[in-house]
Order: sequence, then structure tokens, then C-alpha cells
Amino acid sequence: MRHDFLDRYSRLSSPIHRLPAAVKLLSTLCIIVAVVAMPFTEPWFFAVAFGLLLVLMAVSAIPWTFIFRRLVLLEPLALGIAVMALFQTNGTMIFLAILTKSTLCLFTVILLSNTTPFEDLLRSLGRIGVPRILITILALMYRYLFVLIDERERLTRARMSRTFTASRVRRWQLLASLIGQLFVRSTERAERIYAAMTARGWK
Amino acid sequence: MHIPDGFLDAKTAIATATFSFAGLATSLRHASRHLPGRKIPLIGLAAAFIFVAQMLNFPVASGTSGHLLGATLAAVLLGPSAAVIVMSTVLIVQALLFADGGILALGANVFNMAIVGPLCGYGVYRLMRVAFRGEYGRLVSVGVASWFSTVAAAIFCAGELAWSGTVAWSAAFPAMAGVHMATGLGEATITMLVIASIARTRPGLLNDKIPQATGRERSTGLVLVSLLIIGLLLLVAPHASQLPDGLEKVASSLGFEHRSTAGPMVSTPLRDYRMPGTESDSTATIIAGLVGAVAVLALSSILARVLVPRDRTFPPQQNPGKV
Repeated sequence: MRHDFLDRYSRLSSPIHRLPAAVKLLSTLCIIVAVVAMPFTEPWFFAVAFGLLLVLMAVSAIPWTFIFRRLVLLEPLALGIAVMALFQTNGTMIFLAILTKSTLCLFTVILLSNTTPFEDLLRSLGRIGVPRILITILALMYRYLFVLIDERERLTRARMSRTFTASRVRRWQLLASLIGQLFVRSTERAERIYAAMTARGWK
Repeated sequence: MHIPDGFLDAKTAIATATFSFAGLATSLRHASRHLPGRKIPLIGLAAAFIFVAQMLNFPVASGTSGHLLGATLAAVLLGPSAAVIVMSTVLIVQALLFADGGILALGANVFNMAIVGPLCGYGVYRLMRVAFRGEYGRLVSVGVASWFSTVAAAIFCAGELAWSGTVAWSAAFPAMAGVHMATGLGEATITMLVIASIARTRPGLLNDKIPQATGRERSTGLVLVSLLIIGLLLLVAPHASQLPDGLEKVASSLGFEHRSTAGPMVSTPLRDYRMPGTESDSTATIIAGLVGAVAVLALSSILARVLVPRDRTFPPQQNPGKV
């Protein structure tokens, strides 16, 4: 089964996808810093930034429905924190400012992760001095994330085919033993991966 | 608890990023010196494991659901420095791939959930282990430690938002601490059950070499834990006491119809750190916090007793006659 919910469109072939990862990483940082640092008294700037992001989205050929759905999924998390800002003087203004800024930043990062394969991103992170051990761990995590999601689905399916209904207490126990079992399988898989890595001359 | 971009100002982002950078660099150096190469794939897999475990929701009362943070789980399973790396990796991937948590706020998120979370959890766990022995003691300690690490991470998150001037401390602190004192109970329960399940199926994976404590060490441990709790409450209570009564009502119900009146009702200017709290306010906060901590300890020991009956003697050194 293919789990591509994280970066479904990162392997398309548009002018933006073909740009070097370092360029995209750097421009993402620039856009985010500018959006966060700009005072909210300059609404034209945020309109221009939004327009620029829309143009980038159009050129990159990522369906707008995908980006919109991802934004709707992530917005409540930002909203949950932003609501707390309302309880102070001038709260509505601050609320609107941080919501606009965080939405634009979310849009930018969604564009980055869907126009750049993760391994290219890691390679340019390594080039700017992120330690090799951290890059190795990040790469291993990305590689086996989807394997573990599969494993979780196998465990869930096995459980569902054996229990028809579960009481509230039992549900917690089942969830816990599922997580525990997932950890046991992860450590076993890590042993096999280590053997395979050393067999191919790692370190 | 993931802070998105746009919520923190420059000084907070830079300060937390500096701390996180130092913490992560220290952990990486420690790992590359002391961890055998065999463990490197395990850290990568453990990060994927925590990511997947965070995606599983557990049911909380009234139809809502929470999810695991996993900081204490990682710290107890892998040790503190590996847990810092694992949690940082999870947060980096979440920020870069899923846009969950901001890029400029990554330093703050790593600080709260990958440094404060695992280290607070591990510290409380080790302290508690001095006082509580054996299989039962391990589960009680895990439960209390996960609650503390969740609440501590939430309080730091509230502090950063307040320091940035985004959210008033009087609104951020009760909301964040209150919510996470409740979800912390779920975190504690699920972490205890997970550790119990691993102990039952694969006890070899939990090879924590904590020596058995003598009676004197046990009482020292208990005193240290209670001092920690009291210190935490004394630190936190004065800040909480400046909460205006009307605001408290609005914040607790989060009623949207009150939104328009919420602004003018609060007469204190933004980021006002005066402490006009009355005596009764701070007493109430101390009592609430104490009740929370005692409740967690009681619930954890009950659950641990259910999971490990008194007559069971499966770790052989647990038998007090041989000590």
C-alpha cells in the first residue's frame, strides 16, 4: 500500500520541481521570515505574498484542492492557539495578524514539501552543515515511517478481525499493546537494518 | 502543542532556538561517542515509531480524543540523550513535511517537546524510581513522569507565547496548563499501559539498571519528589493568581458569544506582569495543582497495582527477603 499523504506531489515535473532543493529551501526561509517580521499595518504586503504563493502553486501544477484540504486540516491547530490571543486588549487585531501570518507560512511549507523530494531536502541540509548522524537518522526515519504505518495497519486489522466490540477499558489496553508491539517490531527491524547496513559497508 | 509560524517574536524564537541547538548538539555528541553504531538505526526507527504512535488517537471523555506526545515513553525506553534526538527528529520531519509546527518556531517546539519533555520526564522517573521499587514502582514512576513532562512542556509553551506578546500569560497559562493537566492523565495511562505491555512480552527491552534502593534512599526520594512538586507550584502560583475572575469564566468556557466583550473587560495592558493576586487566589491555585499532582500519583499507583498484583514476583530481585 502506498502512503503518500505527506508529500504526495513532491515528484512531479514542473519548472518549480526541477529547481535545486537548496534554492527552494532558501526562498521558503526568506518568504517565512518576511511574512513573520512584517508588521500587520501593511496589508498590501500580505496580499502580494499570497498572490506570489498562488502563482507558485499554479506553476508547480499541484492541484489547489489538495493544498486547500491540507490547509483546512492544519488550520484548527493554529486556531486553537490563536483563540487564546483574543483575551487581551487589542486581541482581535493580534488574532487576525497571527492567523494571517501562520496561514501564509503553512501555505509556503506545504508548497515546499510538495515540490521537493525529502532526500533532496536532506542532501542540501547536509551541505549547509547539519551533522551527518542527524541526516542519517532523518533519512532512516523517513524511509521506515511508511513501513511502520503499514505495520500498524496490519496490527489493527489483526485486532479487528479478532474482537467484535471492545469496552472502553479494553480499548485502552488494546491501543497500548498495539503501541508496545509496534515498538518491539521496530527494535527487531532496527537490528536487521543494522546487519544489512554493515553488510554493505556502512561505517 | 505545536506552535505554528507567526506566533513568536524574534527574541523568543532566537532564544529557544539557541537552547534547542545546544541541547540537540550535546545529545548528538553524547550519542556519537557513547552509543554503539548498532543503535543508530534504532534511533531512526524509534523516531518513526513515535511519529506513528502520535497518529493514534485515544478516546477522551465527551467524544473528543487526544494523542500521545511520547516524550517520556521515548526517554524511558531509550534513555534521555537518545530521546532528545528522537523527539527532535520527529518534530523536524513534522515541520518540514507536514507543516505541523512552524519552521521559525521549530526551535521553540524542539525546546518544549524534545528537550523539556523528555528531560523532565526522565528526571521525575529517576527520582520516583528511588522511592518506588520493582515492576510496580516502574509503572507508578512512568505514569507520574509522563504527566509532569506533558504539563511542563505545555507551561513552557504558554510562557513562550506570553513572552512574545502574542497571548496574555493570564489567558495562556490557565488554558495550556489546564488542558494538558487533563490530557496528561491520558498520556500517563497510555504510557503506563505501553510499558506494562512491553514488560510482559519483551522484558529484555526494558533493561534499566537502577539499583535497588534502601529504606533511607526511599524516604530521601519521597522528600525530593514532594519538594519538586511544592517548588513547581510556588513558582507557578503567583503568575496564575493575576487572572481576573470574569476572564477565567470566559477562558474556561471559550464561549464565542463572549468574544466581543472579552477585550474591554480586561483592563490590564498587554504583557503586564504585575501580581495583584489576592491571598485566596494563590492558595486556590496551589491547592488545585497539589490536588492534580496527588490525583496523578494516586491514579498511577492504583493502575500499577491492577497491572502488577502484590503477590506477583516476576523480577526475582524484587523479593525483599534477599536484599
